Amino acid sequence: MIFLFYLLSAIMIVCALLVVFSRNPINNVIYLILCFIAMAGHYILLNAQFLAVVHIIVYTGAIMVLFLFVIMLLNLNKAIIFRKSTVTRVSAVVTGGIFFLVLLAATRQTFEIHAKYPFNSDIGLVSGIGKALFGEFLLPFEISSILFISAMVGAMMFGKKDE
Amino acid sequence: MKELSSAIQLIPLENYIFLSVALFSIGMMGVLFRRNTIAILMCLELMFNSVNLLLTAFSAYHSDPSGQVFVFFIMIVAAAEVAVGLSIVVMMKRNVDSIDINLLNRLKW
Repeated sequence: MIFLFYLLSAIMIVCALLVVFSRNPINNVIYLILCFIAMAGHYILLNAQFLAVVHIIVYTGAIMVLFLFVIMLLNLNKAIIFRKSTVTRVSAVVTGGIFFLVLLAATRQTFEIHAKYPFNSDIGLVSGIGKALFGEFLLPFEISSILFISAMVGAMMFGKKDE
Repeated sequence: MKELSSAIQLIPLENYIFLSVALFSIGMMGVLFRRNTIAILMCLELMFNSVNLLLTAFSAYHSDPSGQVFVFFIMIVAAAEVAVGLSIVVMMKRNVDSIDINLLNRLKW
């Protein structure tokens, strides 16, 4: 099991680095999809089967298809020549590395974590999530539908040609 | 099912913290690194997902479903954000015929 964790983590890190450093937008999308599939494996490893299925459906099924569709629509599927200057790129890598070290140092101090409830293996199943979602979190769930409608209307307003 | 559910206790929680910190840093590095607006949006998705992974890990270790419900809400917000962001990209391509983020540099001031 720990081997599976390291395998999935290695796939995720390599694919994330390739998303950043690969030049072709289509390749970026493919690597991001691979990264998301490895993340679904992590969810299954964490006993969150519902989230794994929703993650596959929403991210690789909807969001990445939307990305691919926009790339094809705007005809961007060749490597784009513009890049930032070398100073900016080097400083971006240095900033990312320093940010990683700072967060790592900050989280190393906080490892006394005790479980709040006794271990229960079926909180990640549909019944466990559904009880929490439609009991305690019913109002935010309904409000999120308003968020979706406003996002849809906003996307249409942006996409419309102005007269 | 039983051995699968006992598996999460074999993996220490620190590993998940390391993994999501690394993913978040890679995403932030990508946002600073790229000039292609679509690539920047993809790096934002990477950062969203590292947070999702950490919330799920803590939720599974504490056996509290609230964290996974929050991940569900974050996915909803990410879907809405991507729809609006990609329509902004389409509008940008239509108006200035490029998706170079440096063309938007007047937004800095």
